[in-house]
Amino acid sequence: MVHNRPLLTVVTHGIILLGILVLIFPIYVTFVASTHTLQAILEVPMPLLPGKEFINNYLMVLTSGSNSVGVSVGKMMINSLIMALGISIGKIIISLLAAYALVYFRFRFRNFFFWLIFITLMLPVEVRILPTYEVVAKMGILNSYTGLILPLIASATATFLFRQFFMSIPNELCEAARVDGAGPVRFFIDIILPMSRTSIAALFVILFIYGWNQYLWPLLITTDEQFYTMLIGIKRMLDVGEGQVEWQLVMASTMLAIIPPVLVVVQMQKQFIQGLTETEK
Amino acid sequence: MANASIENVKKSFGEVEVLHGISCEIHDGEFIVILGPSGCGKSTLLRLIAGLEKITSGIIKIEERVVNNLEPADRDIAMVFQNYALYPHMTVFNNMAYGLKIRKMSKTEIERRVNKAADILELSELLSRKPRQLSGGQRQRVAMGRCIVREPKLFLFDEPLSNLDAKLRVQMRLEIRRLHQSLNITSIYVTHDQVEAMTLADRLIVMDNGFAGQIGTPLDVYKKPANKFVAGFIGSPAMNFFDTTISDDGRSILLSSGESMKLSGQGLPENKGSTVTVGIRPEHFTVCSENEAQFHLRTDQVEKLGADTLVHGFFKDNGVSLTLRLNGIQHFEKDNLLPMQVAPENVHVFDQNTDKRLNK
Amino acid sequence: MFMEKQRVVFNNQVLPYLLLAPQVAITLVFFIWPASQALFQSVLQEDPFGLSSTFIWFDNFKMIFTDENYRNSLGTTAIFSLLVAASSMSIALLLAVLANRVIFAGRLYKTLVIWPYAVATMVAGVLWYFLFNPTAGIISHFLKNMNYDWNHSLYEGQAFFLVILASVWRQISYNFIFFLAGLQSIPPSLIEASAIDGASPFRRFWTIVFPLLSPTSFFLIVVNVVYAFFDTFGVIDAVTGGGPNNATNILVFKVYHDGFKGLDFGSSAAQSVILMGIVIALTIVQFRYIERKVHY
Repeated sequence: MVHNRPLLTVVTHGIILLGILVLIFPIYVTFVASTHTLQAILEVPMPLLPGKEFINNYLMVLTSGSNSVGVSVGKMMINSLIMALGISIGKIIISLLAAYALVYFRFRFRNFFFWLIFITLMLPVEVRILPTYEVVAKMGILNSYTGLILPLIASATATFLFRQFFMSIPNELCEAARVDGAGPVRFFIDIILPMSRTSIAALFVILFIYGWNQYLWPLLITTDEQFYTMLIGIKRMLDVGEGQVEWQLVMASTMLAIIPPVLVVVQMQKQFIQGLTETEK
Repeated sequence: MANASIENVKKSFGEVEVLHGISCEIHDGEFIVILGPSGCGKSTLLRLIAGLEKITSGIIKIEERVVNNLEPADRDIAMVFQNYALYPHMTVFNNMAYGLKIRKMSKTEIERRVNKAADILELSELLSRKPRQLSGGQRQRVAMGRCIVREPKLFLFDEPLSNLDAKLRVQMRLEIRRLHQSLNITSIYVTHDQVEAMTLADRLIVMDNGFAGQIGTPLDVYKKPANKFVAGFIGSPAMNFFDTTISDDGRSILLSSGESMKLSGQGLPENKGSTVTVGIRPEHFTVCSENEAQFHLRTDQVEKLGADTLVHGFFKDNGVSLTLRLNGIQHFEKDNLLPMQVAPENVHVFDQNTDKRLNK
Repeated sequence: MFMEKQRVVFNNQVLPYLLLAPQVAITLVFFIWPASQALFQSVLQEDPFGLSSTFIWFDNFKMIFTDENYRNSLGTTAIFSLLVAASSMSIALLLAVLANRVIFAGRLYKTLVIWPYAVATMVAGVLWYFLFNPTAGIISHFLKNMNYDWNHSLYEGQAFFLVILASVWRQISYNFIFFLAGLQSIPPSLIEASAIDGASPFRRFWTIVFPLLSPTSFFLIVVNVVYAFFDTFGVIDAVTGGGPNNATNILVFKVYHDGFKGLDFGSSAAQSVILMGIVIALTIVQFRYIERKVHY
């Protein structure tokens, strides 16, 4: 701090708190709405303090879903979880392997493969939705966990993150292992993997959130309610046309959709920030 | 314990040849130091012996076995790296045990060897620590421990002390020496520090731009440097060089002021009259009385170090600069003319074109 | 990023291919093949029964660019992304600068500002949709009390505002993280030197801090534009469905709508190709600039 101006400090804190308030407000309102009856919500303005329906609403939503969606939110949470875990773990594994190959081996076509993977950076799913859908359909994996997960697990960012990390590992470590008698597989398992622990954790946070928050892709390929993820379920609950949106259930589901990723971010904030700043280099 | 040999070893990276045919016989239990400035190829040579780089031509033998095409792990060598290369996520014990585990040694045997090495290196209390919890010197010892447990035929050291501070370097130098005396494993040690080289080596290979400038004992290299490069590299402050002519009778060198210095023995009758490069070490000048003087030095700067005094000056008539090292604390005024002499055996003569040593 | 120093490698020739296989396989099957299909389909027109297709070269593209709806969508997307990027970046910058100055509760503030990143953009849309819902929303009720008629399913400007609000809300955390990191990497000695030179905090910010943040800012501009182009799909779908009257029909939504709802595959494919072109351009700009930064 270069100087001490109490007024400035007060204003500073004030603005920050205002900002935080704006960020929190929608969530707070959502939470409150999830604890009231539908009537209470429809009687605008909705009360700003939590109501008594917490257990009722959440239980209902978790076990039997709502009128508009035949499947329980509990099931949808599991679907989202499977998708998030599948994507994050899958991405981490194949990116580790690919990055290892790119860094520690010299082989023909290495550059070609590097650029091949690089190109995927420029092809987010949104620019190829129709044809990717067709491929998935032809493979018969619409409405399946495989279809939800597989197309999303080859990404360049994770591979390049690991590649960058591997390149920062001193050559001498590999040479020492070589003198010790470790071949490429042993070196990978005994040395590279343990050393990558923090990168893996950081990436896991980012990828888990990415997988959990997927919207467009599940929207396209799941028509069977059994495979709906949380976000799709919420959308369906809102899409009631002329009927009445069951706000209290929608809000409860929304809270349930928010909590897991927020928990992960807050619990692993350090790794999360590390993951973000490193993947974008 | 083993002998080893490198025969006409050459190495090229692409089109560029970096080692131009190095040969050396290494005897059982010998401590060989490869000494040279950065970029001279000394680390490359070591890595060829280790098997971390492929040799372009020549033969490397370890105990009569040609190892050119063998992987490092199969050459029965162990190596200490400049940055120690300890596995950061493993304990000291596991770092040392790793190579043995890969070789499928029994658990009891591994424990025995690691504990024995830890004993020798005073690491027994640190076995369960991780490298980041160790000081530089301790990490260095773990790196050596990793080598000792393998009981290899050759120890290779790649500038292991360059990351330590000066005081620690002296300490570790002595420890390496002691270790070698007790274990007597044939060792090849690379460094750019001539003090390390002179104190540790049984024999030195002084390298210059991919060539072996000279191979010999430290004192040999000091007293009879084979060429100008070796002469200038060994010794600090560096040897003084100047160009001059040999007298007509070949027994002394002429200085422009009309003064001269005598050469040892019969002098250089074959080179009489020709221009040569002369080298004299700073410590070999003596200030003497006027009538004993061979030549005079005009003083310029005097640096008093306490134990020595460095006098920088010029030959009386020409601008050739010299540095003298004199014992103890001495006082001189600027622009004094000092009467000097040099013992004949300390006058080194080199060919002006080939830089090779001329006198015997 | 592409510089490789002399690297130690293993000699194994078969293993690297095996290691790369999973990623390459998925890349080929789910990225390259569909992308090339999109390219291919964009120059075709399928008959209504999907039985045959005719090669129509760039007719699809011509049709798109002359289609008022598409041009409208282009314009909408451009304005949308500009506003989202500008707003979320400036708010985030303000918060970051302030958060950087406080010592007390600094870490708490940081945590509180960061977590919205975990909220999906679609959910962000739902949250704000609820607040502004014409029947049940608190804020819309509040506005009605002030005689301001809020109905974003009717009024285009309001719908546009709402989707921007939701998109910005969520992106502030992301920008905040990077700005904060950028601010913290500025050597304090620079700030102190300028303070000694007599510069006020305001002046210090604009003449010293802001220019030093420009690599971060530039990077964030690109990321935010990409975000506004693509990740906001969820917001649009949840809040407005592209309406009213295509007021919020941004490009990525249009691709989806025309392809999956309208079943116009050729047009959708052509639109995808154009989007691909935009992403490639943005990515090239990003890497070109960042690499230049590395060369300083």
